[in-house]
Amino acid sequence: MSTTPTAPVFERPMPVPTPLTQPFWDALAEHKVCIQYSPSLGEYIFYPRPLAPRTLADDLEWRDIPGAGTLYTYTITTRPVSPHFASEGPMVLAVVQWDEGPKFSTELINIAHEDIRIGMRVRPVFCDYPDDDITMLRYEPEN
Amino acid sequence: MGLRAEAAILGYYELPPQRKLAREKTFNLEQWARLSKAALDDAGLDATDVDGIVTPLIGEASMFVPSTITEYLGINANFAEIVDLGGAGSAAAVWRAAAAVELGLCETVLVTFPGTHEVPTHERRPFVMEESMFFGASSKAYGSPQAEFEIPYANLGQNGPYGQIAKRYGHEFGYDERAMAKIAVDQRTNACATPDAVFHGKPLTIEDVLASPMVADPLHMLEIVMPCQGGAAVVIGNKDKARKSRNRPVWITGFGERVPYKTPTYARDLMYSPMIHAADQAFTMAGIGRGDVDMVSIYDCYSITVLMSLEDAGFAEKGKGMQFVNEHDLTFRGDFPMNTAGGQLSFGQAGIAGGMHHVIDGARQIMGRAGQAQIADCNRAFVTGNGGIMSEQTALILEGD
Repeated sequence: MSTTPTAPVFERPMPVPTPLTQPFWDALAEHKVCIQYSPSLGEYIFYPRPLAPRTLADDLEWRDIPGAGTLYTYTITTRPVSPHFASEGPMVLAVVQWDEGPKFSTELINIAHEDIRIGMRVRPVFCDYPDDDITMLRYEPEN
Repeated sequence: MGLRAEAAILGYYELPPQRKLAREKTFNLEQWARLSKAALDDAGLDATDVDGIVTPLIGEASMFVPSTITEYLGINANFAEIVDLGGAGSAAAVWRAAAAVELGLCETVLVTFPGTHEVPTHERRPFVMEESMFFGASSKAYGSPQAEFEIPYANLGQNGPYGQIAKRYGHEFGYDERAMAKIAVDQRTNACATPDAVFHGKPLTIEDVLASPMVADPLHMLEIVMPCQGGAAVVIGNKDKARKSRNRPVWITGFGERVPYKTPTYARDLMYSPMIHAADQAFTMAGIGRGDVDMVSIYDCYSITVLMSLEDAGFAEKGKGMQFVNEHDLTFRGDFPMNTAGGQLSFGQAGIAGGMHHVIDGARQIMGRAGQAQIADCNRAFVTGNGGIMSEQTALILEGD
């Protein structure tokens, strides 16, 4: 009797907060966007760090931002980027630039592919995953 | 600042790439030994001359890599370096070796990049597809920014991010998909004059490229590199060794490198690549201008990498790269010879050794050993390496006497 090897299960990889990044994820859970700001640099930064990039200034503070932005660039996957995303169908892999400056890797959702335009206004969509105790931030057209 | 043209590529070896391995399976360490021996034979130098090595990551060791290699080959190395810069690693390793030679640390350095992933297995050591293999160059380790902010959004691998770069380019500067296809087509012409190329004997048209499947909009399959099995090595030596070598020495006269980020999302301006700095430094160090080189070998994982490198290295005006490609014949017969052995797009990308293809493309032309694809009177070459997602870039100037 032959045995059929069990096909490996590829679950969609989910973020796991770290002690340093926890405030960002806590804010997403409340459907808010909170990122770091360096007063000496005069800039918001992303992703969370212990010290400001470039200057290594020790003055980062957490600030809520509205989370709105523009579509900086995107591509549409015609095949899954890994087996973990095989059930997703074509994905719009997007980079959104927040109005405060930093860019964010995300997915654009709730839009027909032919309507996507670089530079278009986009707004946050907070996607709760209770099983993973995480909220992910995706984007959709503002209008 | 910089090199004084006292270190040269004296020999090389490049395994003909194979899309499916037809050679015997060997471990990276065995490949390291055999590729090195072949390059030393090509240079006409003895293994006992070697007193330095530079290596990429290998399959059989995750740490203590250089000493594992020196032990395996029996080399008393004064300089044993590992370079972890992806596709920029080969060019980066070459200048590190040249610097070690010019500092007097070494007389002869092996720079060897095994490029055959298919290694032996055993019933007690079977091949196991680990989950992390699907994440490509992104780390899923807890605490990794990629694990937390990229992988969950499927921002991983290469096709997606390069597609994003090409999309943004089109938005800022306009997009001519026929010019992008012409990059692949001209390189295929060069491959057809290069018997070791995987696509030797298979000419290509712009229509073929545009009819190939769209992989990551706007990039078509035939604008994207083909993974192969292979490997390559070069021997770098000082002036004394150059006199003993049987080849025309290829002096490393300039280099530049810049490594500003891992994920393109975090580029300050994604449209101005690290190549701007790398190329400027290389040309300044060599004391020559863009018009002084006889050929270029540009890292070509994707057509968009070539296009932006031509602009950012200063050969084409920013935003006019597609016009440049349309106005120039990029074949070995043309007015702007580029990737004269086919580039990785048409010669084949032998894994981490892919970057060495460009180093050897330049060295082969300057040594006058390019056969049917030889450029007349080739004395100077500009070579680039590109790792990650246009996030680690290196430039070299190579010159004959």
